[in-house]
Amino acid sequence: MTEVQAPPHRRVADALLPKASGGGRIALRDYLVYAGLVLLVLVFSVTLRHDGFMTSDNLLNIMRQTAPDVVMAVGMVFVLSAGEIDLSIGSVVGLSAVVGTKVLQHHGAVLGVAAALGVGLLVGLVNGICVTYFRLPSFLVTLAMLSLLAGLSQTATNLEPVAVSNQTFSSIFGSGSIGAVPSLLVWSLVAVAIGYFVYRHTRFGAHVLAAGDNADAAQVSGIRTNRVKIGVLVMSAMLAALAGLLYSGSLQGSNYQLGSSDLLAVIAAVVIGGTRLYGGRGSIIGAFAGCLILGVLNNGLILIGLTPSEQLVAQGALLLLAVLLTMRENRTGK
Amino acid sequence: MNVDTEKEQRSDAPVVRLDHIRKEFGGIRAVEDFSLDLHTGEIVALVGDNGAGKSTIVKMIAGVHQPTSGSILIDGREVHFGNPLQAKEHGIEVVFQDLALADQQPVYMNMFLGRELVKGPLRRLDRPRMIREAQALLSELDINMKSPRGPIRALSGGQRQGVAIGRATHWAQRMVLMDEPTAALGVQETSRVEETILRMRARGLAILVISHNLDQVFRISDRVCVLRRGQQVGVRRTAETDADEIVAMITGARQGAERR
Repeated sequence: MTEVQAPPHRRVADALLPKASGGGRIALRDYLVYAGLVLLVLVFSVTLRHDGFMTSDNLLNIMRQTAPDVVMAVGMVFVLSAGEIDLSIGSVVGLSAVVGTKVLQHHGAVLGVAAALGVGLLVGLVNGICVTYFRLPSFLVTLAMLSLLAGLSQTATNLEPVAVSNQTFSSIFGSGSIGAVPSLLVWSLVAVAIGYFVYRHTRFGAHVLAAGDNADAAQVSGIRTNRVKIGVLVMSAMLAALAGLLYSGSLQGSNYQLGSSDLLAVIAAVVIGGTRLYGGRGSIIGAFAGCLILGVLNNGLILIGLTPSEQLVAQGALLLLAVLLTMRENRTGK
Repeated sequence: MNVDTEKEQRSDAPVVRLDHIRKEFGGIRAVEDFSLDLHTGEIVALVGDNGAGKSTIVKMIAGVHQPTSGSILIDGREVHFGNPLQAKEHGIEVVFQDLALADQQPVYMNMFLGRELVKGPLRRLDRPRMIREAQALLSELDINMKSPRGPIRALSGGQRQGVAIGRATHWAQRMVLMDEPTAALGVQETSRVEETILRMRARGLAILVISHNLDQVFRISDRVCVLRRGQQVGVRRTAETDADEIVAMITGARQGAERR
């Protein structure tokens, strides 16, 4: 049987575009995030040409700094696509980092990593079971979890930082590199690649989109929507735990505040990247680009010399603009 | 004599038999003591007022609801559908009133919703093959659309209906249930759907169709089953009844009990 292969340009477009954006019809919105990223880099490379923006060191630095957000964004694309939301990821980062590093101090890196991922697994399962079997809105469940876990991290550490002296650990999860490629960038790329494959090329990915698009239709079509929802929430929490490990590795330690400011950035990056807030449509590569936009922006604003408070204002304003541009289209595309 | 041979023929192994089905929702009776045989190559129309329990019956055969008591038999064997998947595995497909389509997803993915084709050791989705098969099915059913790669939300009401019906015909081995398949359609689209229903009958499927349109019931059905307030008022061969009788049965002006 001869396979009808799509022409190359079509396949590239398929990879970049949010899923189910429609065959043949190419909407401008689908490319907005990539155009935005290129534009931002161009603007900064001109305006900041004397401040070392376009140096490989600086660009790799941006990649390193965005790694935890990229990893979490992959999970968030799945959760939003399934019609749910996970507000607890920031707190999962903190708790898994704290628990992981504490276990690591006494029982070695392997158990430390397992403990951190175990925190993610457990939180994801609790979130998932509350959302499916108790039919609670994920918004409220994960909001409650956000507070609960933050409190746990503070109690577990007495608000004190935890140091890590294990060189292998911090090399793998933070400061190391494979050739010229920093290990943090490797984690990002692996998360994006696997996430993309599962999202676009497996039945699970298709079921996530169907469940988020029309849960009743998915249910009567034989899709186990409860399993799908538990699955995405577990994925999201475990990726947040991985992000916690990446922070612990690069900082050679942890504290209870890790990840507490990541939630907004992750959701913003995912939405800018073309993922619908109401489920049924999304893009992993777009979310990656969304994270890079935020990373580049952050970096550029620092190089320009804005104070942290001015950065916050600029970041918020740009975020609003980006979300306005993408969401307006997404809503009409309902 | 004539009646006897007819009875003989009919009891000749129904594909699906509903035997004294009863359904309650939290103490409220939706369907009471409902029995009906459905045969291959036969179209049975299920009629009745709003709230008579028609959709509930369809959903029980489809595995969405489970009967409170009574049994469903397929080819003479009792079955219990705990979920829609099990009904599908027995070759029963449904066209729901709301069509059960995922709006943001491409047409071809809706055709294969929950039964996506995969290939290779990694079980990758076989999109090219799903697109090809969806395309072939759509042109076979004479449903015009640019490409099965487009999302459902870009389609007209008739096209959506076509996708839902096409999906059911593609997968059904025994039976197709249709809940108001032409309620939202224009004249031309309605006649196209009716042609499709007749073609499914010719293929040897059993078809149960809910309809409020009595003209349509008399155009396409072989038998009419009337439901009133959860109770079966009677079953008539379409050729042996008329609209007046059916309307009288639906409204309760006439009880069907005196005629079998």
